[in-house]
Amino acid sequence: MSATTATTTTTTTTTTTGAPVTGRLGDSPVRPDGIAKVQGSFAFSGDLSADGSLWGATLRSPHPYARIVSIDLSGAWAINGVEAVVTAEDVPGKPTYGLIDQDQPVFASEYVRYVGEPVAAVAANHPETCRRALAAIRVEYEVLEPLTDPERAADGTFPPIHPNGNVFRHQRIVRGDTEATGEVVVESDYEIGMQDQAFLGLEAALAIPDPGGEGVELYVATQWLHEDRGQIAACLDLPAEKVRLTLGGVGGAFGAREDISLQVHTCLLALRTGRPVRIAYSREESFLGHVHRHPARIWMRHHATRDGKIVKIEARIVMDGGAYASTSSAVLINAVTHMQGPYKCENAVVDGWAVRTNHLPCGAMRGFGVVQACFAHEGQMDRLAAACGLDPVEIRLRNAMETGDRLITGQVIENVAPVRECILETAALPLPDEPVGGHDGDPMRLPGGAGLTADRSHIRRGIGWGVAIKNLMYSEGFDDFSTARVTLRDGVASLKFATAEVGQGFVTLAGQIARSVLGVDDVVLEPIDTTVGSAGSTSASRQTWMSGGAVDGACRLVREQLFAHVGAQHGVDPLRLAIDGRDVVDTMGDLCVPVAQATAGLVFEDTFEHHHRPTEELDENGQGNCHTAFAFVAHRAVVDVDPELGLVKVVQIATAQDVGRALNPLSVIGQIEGGIAQGVGLAVMEEIVQIDGRVRNANFTDYLLPTFLDMPDVVATLIEHPDPMAPLGAKGVGEPPCISSTPAVVAAIRDAIGKDLTRTPVRPSDIVF
Amino acid sequence: MSDTTAAVPTTGSNQMYVLHVNGVDHEIRDAWLGESLLYVLRERLGLMGSKGACEQGECGSCSVLVDDELVCGCLVLAASATGQRIVTIEGVAPVGAPSDVQQAFVDAGAVQCGFCTPGLIMATHALLDRSPEPTEYEIREELSGNVCRCTGYGRIIEAVQRVAVARRGGAA
Ligand code: FES
Ligand code: FES
Repeated sequence: MSATTATTTTTTTTTTTGAPVTGRLGDSPVRPDGIAKVQGSFAFSGDLSADGSLWGATLRSPHPYARIVSIDLSGAWAINGVEAVVTAEDVPGKPTYGLIDQDQPVFASEYVRYVGEPVAAVAANHPETCRRALAAIRVEYEVLEPLTDPERAADGTFPPIHPNGNVFRHQRIVRGDTEATGEVVVESDYEIGMQDQAFLGLEAALAIPDPGGEGVELYVATQWLHEDRGQIAACLDLPAEKVRLTLGGVGGAFGAREDISLQVHTCLLALRTGRPVRIAYSREESFLGHVHRHPARIWMRHHATRDGKIVKIEARIVMDGGAYASTSSAVLINAVTHMQGPYKCENAVVDGWAVRTNHLPCGAMRGFGVVQACFAHEGQMDRLAAACGLDPVEIRLRNAMETGDRLITGQVIENVAPVRECILETAALPLPDEPVGGHDGDPMRLPGGAGLTADRSHIRRGIGWGVAIKNLMYSEGFDDFSTARVTLRDGVASLKFATAEVGQGFVTLAGQIARSVLGVDDVVLEPIDTTVGSAGSTSASRQTWMSGGAVDGACRLVREQLFAHVGAQHGVDPLRLAIDGRDVVDTMGDLCVPVAQATAGLVFEDTFEHHHRPTEELDENGQGNCHTAFAFVAHRAVVDVDPELGLVKVVQIATAQDVGRALNPLSVIGQIEGGIAQGVGLAVMEEIVQIDGRVRNANFTDYLLPTFLDMPDVVATLIEHPDPMAPLGAKGVGEPPCISSTPAVVAAIRDAIGKDLTRTPVRPSDIVF
Repeated sequence: MSDTTAAVPTTGSNQMYVLHVNGVDHEIRDAWLGESLLYVLRERLGLMGSKGACEQGECGSCSVLVDDELVCGCLVLAASATGQRIVTIEGVAPVGAPSDVQQAFVDAGAVQCGFCTPGLIMATHALLDRSPEPTEYEIREELSGNVCRCTGYGRIIEAVQRVAVARRGGAA
């Protein structure tokens, strides 16, 4: 499979066949699913139903750690309308699943290891019947002392709570002169709370069994259809081809749908009853039923010269992975390998652990380990600035990484690395012109709004910075690829891929690619399902690069077929042909044939797999070219703080982001604004609170999400230097916005009140006391 | 649990209530009276446009109009809405002929996953009916009962402003 290297042929000359093709790369065409979404006719996963379908529901553990003594299902079976009750005993295949280590039980059998772990499931005629059936199941537990302190998992002082032990992974990075010291030394502890992805479209699926139970069809909102299929098939003991997945409309994902949740349960109930089964989680169940962002504790020390140049970093990271492995080991690798931030650094000693506890399992969330690292390294940069008498911008400019620099893993940054430019362009963006509390003195502009008694004269404003590096795509030797098939017929391109559209807009981009490469106006998107090769996951900021590369590659192959055909017809060397607008033209002659005419009555079809370049595993010293590519971003936050009530109003976020090439500028802005909202949320309000292993706020009343009123103005500059390594010159843009926006906001709060805040989210009590 | 052996209770075989939705009367028969308006709209009437993301009145995804008032469908018992005019997202404009607000959301990039969108369309229509030229701050305040997790709200505000400008005859 040859890598694609150049961007597409585009032209600004007018074509001979009417108005220019619109909706090509670089334009911002509207979403193909937009009208259906605004009219309420777009079918989300939870909107799907089938004749005679039953409802499924899940019984969950009330204990963080307990031994299951007995389960009595008779009460549930006795209820009219209950059609199936299943437990671990009913799982026909592999009893466990997982993305990296398959250690998570489909249903708990001997032990439950977190509050919310599935124990049984029922299928019945009505959600209320399900609720009553679950209430009628009697489970006797022997309650055990839960492991809730990740340090005790890391240091080995707590007995194993799982046969695989309490440490998912330990990784050390040692580079350069470990004895090096600097004239200036700053250190601190940092803590990051557990964030929830909180997509709005709750987990939901519809499973339809094949007659005779030989297979099953699953409609589900997920990030990675083929990976789901593999895990489901193993648990059901079915061949993969007997498990067919179609993407149900996805109401956001942000990492939480990378692991499976209700997939096996829904299929199992459908196979058991021989009827279609729907499961739809409640919000509380969603909090319990998917993986979250890892809470982390990080100690970090920087050594620097007196003029602020970093000499060495030292760090110790403990990430709480919760009860099961999920992607903890990969999240840890992202954290440890990004500890230096987007700064030059020759010497490093970093130690990281991802550990098992009796907390909610953690895995992928937008930013994937780098959010935690960035919160620490950016806190350190501000400390270093203060110790050296520099301002926060100057310290970052002095250390800014460039193309050709090495990471602490020894990997050379080969991508475009405009760190300096991101910082300078952000600094050049205007600060908000409104005074504290707004121009018009509207009390709604004060922290906490009008309902509270913030005294305008006490409000303090602060400014803070955050800058980040983020790896793109998968790492550590994973053969990451995406597949696309393109069919060109009568001037219409049909695109087939399994790329999960979760809201990010790949469906828009795919059409743009086809229009640019093939000179067509009309693009048809075929259903997103498992009847084509895998697209990999919609995560790691990878689909524009990977699936974009696949669609681009398939379109190019089809274009070659088209040129061969037109060349043969007209006696022209196909190498001389190009697409110009809607026409095939001879670049050295007069030939000009509209694509629609050249393809009339004909079918050209091809499939392409885009693989990114191979990566390596890290060695025991954390050395190796483990990552594929990198993107960079800077954020500046302005906040108003009420130091008496501990309330924060984020007034503005300015950002300049390294996007490579903005293929759809409107979508890029949408990703930037949406990612910043999640970064602001982690800075000042979002945290799943667990006390003694019990979740205290699994609902939207107590888990606070940024609303229209919490979200500041965003001013953004796109830094566009097409990356030669990227198939379309474009870098993924989804994750960077939510990485350094969090430390920027927290730094702004520190700046406003002069307090050393080392924990995010910042709570009112952290400000007041 | 006193009656765990009973099936889901219904209103009784000869009881029913009527919901007036999008101009049409619908007879609801044999339904459990504990069902929310959101559930009945979706599961009994097949009007899947209204969404549930919290069922607690916090997200606005389920917004519908009941007698011209914007309410959370998840917080209203369906049986209590008899005799009232209910308008859902399906009643805003015919399929394929979007309202100005709907079209502006698409054009301005206010839609990503789209799960919050039907509720926001309902809330935006209600806002602009009440206040045709809202300030940015008013938009933020008035729509703050609708949560969007994808967009960060910037493009939604842009969409609302475009409609306000277009309605007073300016260039959108
Ligand atoms: S579902 Fe009704 S407000 Fe959230
Ligand atoms: S577009 Fe996804 S929640 Fe608003």
